[in-house]
Amino acid sequence: MLLFPGKIIMDYSHAAGRVGSRFLAELKKSKRLLAIRCRTCNRVYIPPRLTCKTCFHNMEDWIELDGRGTLLTYTTVYYGEPVLDREAPTTYGIIRLDGADTGLVHFLNEVKQQDLRVGLRLEPVFKNERNGNILDIKYFRPIKSG
Amino acid sequence: MSERIGIVAVAQTKYQKSRPDVRESELVYEVVEKLLTETGLRFTDDGTGIDAAVTCSHDHWDGVTISSWPIADVTGGHLRPEEKVAEDGIFAAYYAFIQILSGHYDVVLVTAHTKESQTSKNLIENSSFDPVYHQMLGLDYTMCAALQAKRYMYKYGITEEQCARVVVKNKKNACKNPNAQEPAELEIGDVLSSRPLAYPIRYLDKKPTSDGACAMILAREEKAKKLTDRPVWIEGVGSCYEGYYIGDRELGDCENLIKAAKSAYRMAGISDPKKEIGVFEISEEYSYQELLWTEGLGLCDKGRGGTLIESGATALDGEIPVNPSGGLLSGVPTNVAGLSRVAEAVIQLQGKGGDRQVSARKALAQGMCGPCGQLQCVMVLGI
Ligand SMILES: [Zn+2]
Repeated sequence: MLLFPGKIIMDYSHAAGRVGSRFLAELKKSKRLLAIRCRTCNRVYIPPRLTCKTCFHNMEDWIELDGRGTLLTYTTVYYGEPVLDREAPTTYGIIRLDGADTGLVHFLNEVKQQDLRVGLRLEPVFKNERNGNILDIKYFRPIKSG
Repeated sequence: MSERIGIVAVAQTKYQKSRPDVRESELVYEVVEKLLTETGLRFTDDGTGIDAAVTCSHDHWDGVTISSWPIADVTGGHLRPEEKVAEDGIFAAYYAFIQILSGHYDVVLVTAHTKESQTSKNLIENSSFDPVYHQMLGLDYTMCAALQAKRYMYKYGITEEQCARVVVKNKKNACKNPNAQEPAELEIGDVLSSRPLAYPIRYLDKKPTSDGACAMILAREEKAKKLTDRPVWIEGVGSCYEGYYIGDRELGDCENLIKAAKSAYRMAGISDPKKEIGVFEISEEYSYQELLWTEGLGLCDKGRGGTLIESGATALDGEIPVNPSGGLLSGVPTNVAGLSRVAEAVIQLQGKGGDRQVSARKALAQGMCGPCGQLQCVMVLGI
């Protein structure tokens, strides 16, 4: 049977929106992690988005987080990912940043497999050359003592 | 409900790792042809046959925008109504149910198909995530499932052995299902020693790549009774979504499934699913999901899914058999997954289960869509 090769290549210009743009611009400019807070339920969202999903109104209270947080769950992925220019294995975590009510998904690094555990305290490592995207955070690592 | 809606016939292909011998439309016609033969129905405009079709497929999987177009000719879509659901196939059955309930149609065909062998599952899944915050991280459903599995294990002390038991049970059940792709007699150790994909998920903890299709015909009560002497009634349906951002969710629980199930149980008048429902066909793309979903469906308390499988209750000969078909772990394509759960529930209630037949007068089918069961649908069926 004949197999007919196909490919879809599409370029997109995704709008980050006014909330996402500010978050990414601050990340690029000053390595600051901004969350957004709902005035009605006080929920603090990161990554920030415009509308509170439980209260249904737009949010405008920005809160700066110091980037430290606690590991909620993690996995080490042993297969490659063609979208990313990275090698397996790669470890991911969901991190509850101090002062936020949601978890942030990102890479974990500088940590041995046997030291990974839920509850681990983490801090972000930023790229030196930043492009205004989520990869400006290079990864999270255990907080260095002192 | 004033009038009952019945499923009168179901059909599935044999699920296989790859079907290079057929195009999507040819694959779908295999199951449509079976239904036309079994029921004697034809596609008509005068109310004497099949009035409309609801199909489930996915543009990215098929590599064409509007993936229902290429199958329109084999689902009665030539100068006739056809509508597509892009989430799981159980939602296509839900849609058809509503079409008939509304009074608009009497008899509706439902199909679902996917050829997973044709492209990259991880890439398709990646493109479902937020392009601004998540796609660049390379997220896919397997690594998200691993994040959920780890959270669930941490929160309730669920073990990798308990998850492995799901694989052993379902692949063994699959040995009695002629449509199953990958039946096997395994030991727990075989699962635990299979190669790691995303800790704590291993190769055998994940459903294999699969090609196949499933279809069924729904009809209002009066017509259903004429079309078969064993109609299976849809007694309750419920669905529930959960937030888009994976970090917003408490992954150790499945509140959305709890709500979907409650909604279906209320509609079906079920107060104790464990006592009132005799068989469960549910969507476990990953082994831990069967444990977590049995909790969400109210078959045990939160965190007790591992104990439940250890008790043997969910085995083929247990009190509440879960996935006598072999489940998704034995190989069923995405999109087809939930519809095939409905089909297997119907097969059980019609007494056509062969070696995998269990005793039941009510059955439950569950389907889902998105990472970590983001969108859930529960359907209660009865005879
Ligand atoms: Zn709010």
